[in-house]
Amino acid sequence: MSITQTNVFTARSVTKVYRMGEVDVHALRGVSVEMLAGEFVVILGASGSGKSTLLNILGGLDVPTAGEVTFRDQSLTDADEDDLTEFRREHVGFVFQFYNLIASLTAEENVALVADIARDPLPPTEALRMVGLHDRRDHYPSQLSGGEQQRVAIARAIGKRPDVLLCDEPTGALDVKTGVVVLEAIARINQELGTMTAVITHNAAIADIADRVISLSDGQVADVRVNTSRKQAKELVW
Amino acid sequence: MNRLLIADLKRLWRQGLAISLLLGCGISLFVMSNSSMLSLERSRQQYYRDYRFGEVFTALVRAPESLADKIADVPGVQEVQTRIVRDVLLDIPDMVEPASCRLVSIDTADDPMNGIHLLRGRFPVDDDRLEVIVSEMFANSHDFLPGDSLVCIMGGRKQTLRIVGIGMSPEYVYVVQPGMMITDDRRFGIVWMPRRQMAAAFNMEGAFNNLSIDLRPRASTDEVIARVDRITKPFGGTGAHDRDDQVSHRRVADEMSQMKTMAFVTPAIFLAVSAFLFNIVFTRLVNQQTEQIATLRAFGYRPREIGWHYIKMVMLLVFIATVMGWTVGLRLSWWMTSEYVKFFRFPEIDYQFASKHAIAAVGVGASAALIGTFAAIRKAIRLQPAEAMRPAAPKDYRGLIAERTGLSKILSPVGRMVVRRLETNRMATTLSVLGMGLAVAVLVLGSYMQNTIDFLIEFQFEKSQRQDVMLTFVDTLSASSIHDAAHLPGVSDVEPFRSAPVRLRNGTRTRRVGLMGLNAKPNLYRILDDQQQSVSFPVRGGLTVSQKMAELLDVQTGDEVWVDILDRRQPSYRVPIAEVFANFTDPSAYLNRHQLHDLLGEGEQFSGAFLSVDTNRVADLYAEVKQMPTVAGVVDKNAAEASFRDTVSSSSSLMRIVNAVFSGLIALGVIYNCAIIILAERARDLATLRVMGFRRGEVQMVLLGELAVITLLSIPVGLPIGYGLSYVTTLALDTETHRFPLIIERSTYSYAAIVIIAAASLSAIYVRRMLNSLDLVAVLKVKE
Repeated sequence: MSITQTNVFTARSVTKVYRMGEVDVHALRGVSVEMLAGEFVVILGASGSGKSTLLNILGGLDVPTAGEVTFRDQSLTDADEDDLTEFRREHVGFVFQFYNLIASLTAEENVALVADIARDPLPPTEALRMVGLHDRRDHYPSQLSGGEQQRVAIARAIGKRPDVLLCDEPTGALDVKTGVVVLEAIARINQELGTMTAVITHNAAIADIADRVISLSDGQVADVRVNTSRKQAKELVW
Repeated sequence: MNRLLIADLKRLWRQGLAISLLLGCGISLFVMSNSSMLSLERSRQQYYRDYRFGEVFTALVRAPESLADKIADVPGVQEVQTRIVRDVLLDIPDMVEPASCRLVSIDTADDPMNGIHLLRGRFPVDDDRLEVIVSEMFANSHDFLPGDSLVCIMGGRKQTLRIVGIGMSPEYVYVVQPGMMITDDRRFGIVWMPRRQMAAAFNMEGAFNNLSIDLRPRASTDEVIARVDRITKPFGGTGAHDRDDQVSHRRVADEMSQMKTMAFVTPAIFLAVSAFLFNIVFTRLVNQQTEQIATLRAFGYRPREIGWHYIKMVMLLVFIATVMGWTVGLRLSWWMTSEYVKFFRFPEIDYQFASKHAIAAVGVGASAALIGTFAAIRKAIRLQPAEAMRPAAPKDYRGLIAERTGLSKILSPVGRMVVRRLETNRMATTLSVLGMGLAVAVLVLGSYMQNTIDFLIEFQFEKSQRQDVMLTFVDTLSASSIHDAAHLPGVSDVEPFRSAPVRLRNGTRTRRVGLMGLNAKPNLYRILDDQQQSVSFPVRGGLTVSQKMAELLDVQTGDEVWVDILDRRQPSYRVPIAEVFANFTDPSAYLNRHQLHDLLGEGEQFSGAFLSVDTNRVADLYAEVKQMPTVAGVVDKNAAEASFRDTVSSSSSLMRIVNAVFSGLIALGVIYNCAIIILAERARDLATLRVMGFRRGEVQMVLLGELAVITLLSIPVGLPIGYGLSYVTTLALDTETHRFPLIIERSTYSYAAIVIIAAASLSAIYVRRMLNSLDLVAVLKVKE
């Protein structure tokens, strides 16, 4: 699927200030970015650069202190807790560094969990097939390797056919080989389903598989780079 | 380490407080009930001491005052008080039914034995104005005040007595009309009158008919009684007795000993339960800290230091529980004692703190907590630090009952999460269910007594006694008088009885009792055994005694006992025990009426009669009875039942209410802890679901589902435990003189179930609030 010029996310001068005891921490200082439908974006930055904060705000887990964020035509800035829940429910798939699978559910059941709340879910077996774990659907998380668990987490995230897939350091806890497999799975989803995908990483090497790379530094956009040619995940080395 | 302790407490203060609350409840209930009983006991002792309650008593027909000197010479006797005591009928205008009173002579001496505590007015002046003091409860029920007057039939003449004071005496804490079983303050009271005027009215100048004796320290009561009996027998002495057989004292002592047992047993069970829960909950708390313990060990802390850290924590919680338990317990005991004292009518309260019980309660709590802590810490310390820091071994979800039975298949993924977690955390689930089950059990235990009391009231007043009115006669009446009674207005059935004060003896065991002579098969006044079967009294059958009487005398069916007739000069008889039956009332003895007549060497002479009366004509009946000089007293059964309910509700409802409140608190504490632990253990899963877009309500289902399953499982577990605890309490209440049936109505079980569900819901609301404030992102960013 190709990238269209429709904005999925539009962030304008987004600021986020956390109050940590007596100190104000400025996690984001006026960030403006756009993300397009079908696009694969990597948000690159060192620890503390504000990339997770940005992803959380885009994903409806947090709200900005100032600035404007919209998903398509919907403002996320003034949304309350319930609006954000509905937003996540309908549009967002999350993948985290530590998988966060439900230990007491099998791979398939973990995926089926989202099928329960989605309007037009992907059949769980289909979602697992897309991440190459169809044959392990009856395994519990504890019976799967880290990479496999992360792929189940991806299958679960896409199980509801989200409009956006947001991944926070999805390979952070994995070795290179496994990390590549996970990235392949993410890339395939982006390709085949056309899901707008944003991956956060501190690992610059990963940036090459994206359409666009947004670099954050100290809470500000330092650089936006368009990859003229996207690398395959298996070509990545780090 | 102290910084860690503070940090831990900051983090866990809610749970810590809830745990302390559990133990605090147990301690305070224990301290409260035992302190009130101690206060009550001391207040009674003080009352007896301050107003010089006599130690040996006897009644006789008439003896010259000189006899008192003879008795004063008996070794062991400190002081003798001679009195004139007479029961007389009263004429109270606003009462349809007759009332009577006991006139007791008083001397003008300073600090007399059996002194009167004056509540209002003054002491009577010894002149011809017939001034009297009236007992408080009687005065209250008639709104008598000093200045009012009272008309009585004294020595065959109507006399007007002038009330100058309202008072009370240790001799009449309980005022019970002779032949009656219960207090009826409206129909019977005590009136104290100067000795000289009573002597004049009853022709008793220089004579007396009642004795009270104060003993020297270490005097032998039995020996004094034996000697006094010998001296008074020629003057119609009915046999001296000590306080144990003094009507008022025995009642008070019985009541207090029952209350004491109840005040000990139930709170002791509460305490044990709360200590056990403290143990469970604290153990789980330490188990949650495995990772922290491992980290500390990795830093090089010695196991002993880590152990000490948790011991300090547990001791701090025990300390909080102690402060809470002692303060609340003591404060409540003041309130409770003052309520009881109102009921028992002691003039002053001597507040006590049951320090031994208080210390024991803390000891129990601390030991339970330490045992749990040691076990949990040992487990945590045994792990190698590296091992402990790794996540717990993955659970094996295959082969679970929920899987094998296919239960999982029909559940939603969320439902599966709930059942699988419950099943894999079997130990934790079991302990949670058990903990909440105990709360259910405690609720049953705290409220079943009402069922027992209701049962006993129904048993006594509905099933056993079917008469409407009981008449007692001044002197015994012949058979023809019963014929008259049958013609009284509204009377449809008459059943006469004979009662005689006797002493039953078997070797050294004796018991004074009003021996009831009844028809072979009583129809109105029935005696029922514990299976609700009528007991019959065959002619020449011998004595029928209650189980407790048999135990007191150490006899069984077929044995013979001595029967000493107390109110006349007669030889004693040996009578066989024909039947022993189990019942729920005072130790009692019955005989066929004709056999009792034979024993007394008389024809048909009746002490009174039970009447069945048309309820519409009761007033006519009373109007008529009032004109009958032969009638000494009337007991209206419905009034008696109402009065009994009143008495019982004021004395035992306090304890029941307190028990119910405390069991509710315990239930709340357990469930709250359960909920918090589940929340802590599941926070990650719950946050994951929220991030995935599950709504708050949907996520709550995971938590509340688990709580609900535990709650629902705890009910069938707790109810049988509650039955068991109540059974144990019943056994403990099985005293020398009384036995209680174990009656638990369905309503009590339902009540326990409803309270536990309500408590669970209340906790759920709180947990929901905590769940809503869960920081989703922070939870997920932590490695498992």
